[in-house]
Amino acid sequence: MSDTAQAIEVRDLHKRFGPLEVLKGVSLTAKQGDVIAIIGGSGSGKSTLLRCINMLELPSAGSVTVHGETIEMKTDGHGGLIPSNRRQVQRIRTRLGMVFQSFNLWQHMTVLQNVIEVPVHVLKQPRDEAIAVAETLLKRVGLYEKRDAYPAFMSGGQQQRAAIARALAIQPLVMLFDEPTSALDPELVGEVLSVIGDLAREKRTMILVTHEMKFARQVASHVVFLHGGVIEEQGPPQAIFEDPKSERLKKFISSIH
Amino acid sequence: MDLSLLALSPPGWGGVLLAGLFSSLQLAVGGYLLGLIIGIGGASGKLYGGPIVRDLLEIYTTLVRAIPELVLILLLYYAGTDLVNQLTALLGLPSVDISGLAAGIFVIGVVQGAYSTEVLRGAIKAIPAGQIEAARAYGMSPFMTLRRITLPAMLPYAVPGLSNLWLIATKDTALLAVVGFSELTLVTRQAAGTTKHYLTFFLAAGVLYLAVTLVSNIAIGAIERRARRGMVREA
Ligand SMILES: Nc1ncnc2c1ncn2[C@@H]1O[C@H](COP(=O)(O)OP(=O)(O)OP(=O)(O)O)[C@@H](O)[C@H]1O
Ligand SMILES: [Mg+2]
Repeated sequence: MSDTAQAIEVRDLHKRFGPLEVLKGVSLTAKQGDVIAIIGGSGSGKSTLLRCINMLELPSAGSVTVHGETIEMKTDGHGGLIPSNRRQVQRIRTRLGMVFQSFNLWQHMTVLQNVIEVPVHVLKQPRDEAIAVAETLLKRVGLYEKRDAYPAFMSGGQQQRAAIARALAIQPLVMLFDEPTSALDPELVGEVLSVIGDLAREKRTMILVTHEMKFARQVASHVVFLHGGVIEEQGPPQAIFEDPKSERLKKFISSIH
Repeated sequence: MDLSLLALSPPGWGGVLLAGLFSSLQLAVGGYLLGLIIGIGGASGKLYGGPIVRDLLEIYTTLVRAIPELVLILLLYYAGTDLVNQLTALLGLPSVDISGLAAGIFVIGVVQGAYSTEVLRGAIKAIPAGQIEAARAYGMSPFMTLRRITLPAMLPYAVPGLSNLWLIATKDTALLAVVGFSELTLVTRQAAGTTKHYLTFFLAAGVLYLAVTLVSNIAIGAIERRARRGMVREA
């Protein structure tokens, strides 16, 4: 089975932290061009699900397939799984552009250095090519003038836009966003959402964990509601937000508004 | 005070003192660098190693920091050279003449390595976890993460501790006088003993050690500014 039209396929994913089972069998498919929004209450396992996709968190059971290639796992002898091929994981990670809640830009590098770091050192692209691509991306996110600035001297919104440029620089198959605006002051949320919105409109495949319901409704092609470690309900945004079926989703949506 | 005693060419002793200073600096640089290498390995082992590696490193850092440096230096110097000789004998090789410099660098390096391990371990732990997580998320191998992210990111936290260690290294070289290594302190004692002008020579040696520290401080300042380039200045 190597269906490369499917960017990401998560099958029956389980994750436990000690006695706490956070994911209890989650399956999720992202086709090329899908924009999947994951919503749910605090602690429902949204971040954990996202982080299992690039193995920042190791699933206890289940499988993850990226672009038709299933990540090889073996049992770790303690009831969990570990990747049996570290290189494969590293290679697959270079296809997934992750954007973190707290930006996680490398503080000892300028914006430009952050953006070319992975292309040059991991993907072994020629430096001048990587710089040319990075400058184009920085113009796109409105940070060309800041290319020689260090992250600590920039606003949160600027840092997050730089982090998005860093993710785009690897020409990712899928972008993974974990609450990209939650750490921002309210007045800075808009500039970041507008960049992400542009990416969604040009049909970039992305999986987006968010608390911004209005935004999810605008840009998502598919919304997934996580609750209690399972997908409680999923569907197109109109159905989820205008016609929720399950009581929990109804409650969740009314609690947000 | 008779300053002609410090003339560079005999009968002045200036040249001898400078040669001693040069030996001291070689020892300090070599020992310090060896200590740094041990420290990087030791800190990585303490943070990421298995339980056995961690226990062994704990024994190493505890022992070195518990035993007086002079005792350690005597122990390592004589035990170390003895061990090498026994080993070569065992392998049927001719006994080698271990250079005092190599032995001295080894001794200082082992001592410095224990302190470096602790300084670097603390500095690595001070790095915000997200920095290393981002490296993993973008497919960096553990070694590349160490080289490209962890080491440069911990530098601003490590520079103060590492600077102290460097200054200590320059002074620890004086302890090697006890094993007869001709570094600055030993040649100073010889000069003073021969001429009976103790004050002149020990003051001169003090000035040389002070000069090393002052020059070091300038270099440390530059390194610190470079290491902290990405950090907002504290108010
Ligand atoms: N490393 C960990 N060790 C132990 N428990 C963890 C760990 N990471 C997450 N958890 C727990 O797993 C549960 C799900 O966490 P997760 O971060 O995935 O939730 P979330 O849906 O992203 O929540 P939020 O909206 O607050 O970000 C929480 O109860 C959390 O405390
Ligand atoms: Mg979360």
